[in-house]
Formats: sequence, structure tokens, C-alpha cells
Amino acid sequence: MITCSQATRQLWEYLDATADEATRQAIEEHLARCRVCCGELEFAGELRRFLASSAGDQVPDGVLRRFNETLEELGP
Amino acid sequence: MSVSLVDAETVDDAADQAERFRTLAREQLPRLYSIARRLVGRDAEDAVQDCLLKAFQRFRQLREAAAGPAWLTSILINCCRDRGRAIGRSPQQVELDEIEEFSLFRKIAYEDPFPYSDSLHLDFLDEFGSEDVRAVVMELPLLYRIPVVLVYMDGYLAREVANMLDVPLGTVLARLHRGRKLFEKQLWDYADTHDLLRKAAR
Repeated sequence: MITCSQATRQLWEYLDATADEATRQAIEEHLARCRVCCGELEFAGELRRFLASSAGDQVPDGVLRRFNETLEELGP
Repeated sequence: MSVSLVDAETVDDAADQAERFRTLAREQLPRLYSIARRLVGRDAEDAVQDCLLKAFQRFRQLREAAAGPAWLTSILINCCRDRGRAIGRSPQQVELDEIEEFSLFRKIAYEDPFPYSDSLHLDFLDEFGSEDVRAVVMELPLLYRIPVVLVYMDGYLAREVANMLDVPLGTVLARLHRGRKLFEKQLWDYADTHDLLRKAAR
């Protein structure tokens, strides 16, 4: 069985579904027996949601006006 | 065919091109600006302006309208790279080895900053406002910040980012991995230096 450090190193790849089949199986086998790594996995998921939910910036009015001026000046 | 007719067609075509570019750009501006803010902070306006000019010059290279948003994003990333080189400190090799082993999950469990909580990991994340998150992301070296922002904040696939940056998928995955680890470590350091945890525990 893989070690905790091997498992945690690939948890995000596992969540992102970019891990290959053999890695997936090894991680799942490890998770079935290791509560600490289950906690790691859960937290990795929370951290992902945390990053995804951090709000983007609105374009300030003045900046938007200058972008539109640039666009109007383009072309023939 | 008379010369004047060809000229007229060319002018028409160019006007049409410019109009199509304006439509695409206007629709994508909010997204481009938001990505640029995360990648280069205060230089975002300049990076987007660079992007608009460059993209318009190359607009004929865009073959499929559906690819427009990703095409604009890849141009924006290059403009951000040109502007953002100075931002973000590159970690030393020693630090990187240390970072490979860092686990924010275990660090929080071990330091136990919220002794009476049964959801201390969520409590930890709750201490961060959007300004704090932005500050932590800006501390990542640009090399790692680009894939982290595009994949985890803007929802691109690692494969799409590899195409935009013109590097192999494995390179993007390796940078994502290291970027995440650095981000975890910097979240902890930021909470520590900005007293987020002590304030919360009071």
C-alpha cells in the first residue's frame, strides 16, 4: 500500500480527475484504510471550493470607459 | 474586376472585422480584467489594454469564433507575463523541498488555532476575506500563479492551459501541484503574520 505522503501528494490530481487509473486505485485503497488522509481529501475539496468562490473584480467605470475608447479607435 | 471594387470590398471587410472584434472584446472584458487583476494586480488595466491592441492586430489568425474567449485569454496571459515578471518572489530550491512536504491540513490540526471548534479547518478558511485571498495569490511566483488562477479560480482545464501556454500537460500539472503547495504554505504564513488566528481565537 502507498504511504500517506505518497497519497497526499496526489490528492488534488485525484480530485481533478487527472490522476491515471493505477494512481486512482492506489489512492482509493489508501483512503479506505486511513482516516487522516480522508481528512486531507476533504480539506483539499474545501480549499478548491474556497479558491473557486473567491469573487473576481468588477471593471471600474473609468477603466471600462478607457477600454471602450481603445476599442472605438481600432479599425479602419 | 475593377480596382475600385476590390478596394471597396477590402475596406468593407476590414470594417466588418473591426466590428466583430469589438463585439468579442466587449463581451470578454469583464472576464479578462478579472483574470488580469489576479495575475498582475495593479497592472491589470495596462495588461488588458496591451491585450486588446495585440489581439486586434492578430484577429485574422482567429479561425473559429467559438475559440475567441480562449484565444483572447492566451494573449492576455502573455501580456501579463511581460508586465508581471517583477511581481512575486521566486522560492529557493531548499524552500521548494520543504514545501513539497507541507500540509495545511495537518498544520491546522497540529497548531489547533480554534481550540473549541469542531470544524477548525473551515474556521481557518473563514478568516480570509477576498482581499486576503488576493494578497496571498499575488505572493505566488507568476510561473505558478498563472495555472493556479486559470484552473482553480477561473475554471479552465489543465489541458486548455497547456495549450494557451504552449507547454506539455505534464508541465502544467507539475506547476499546479507546486503552486497549490506554495499557496497552502502562504495561507498559513499570511494568517500568522496578519494575526488572523489570534483575532479569531479571542
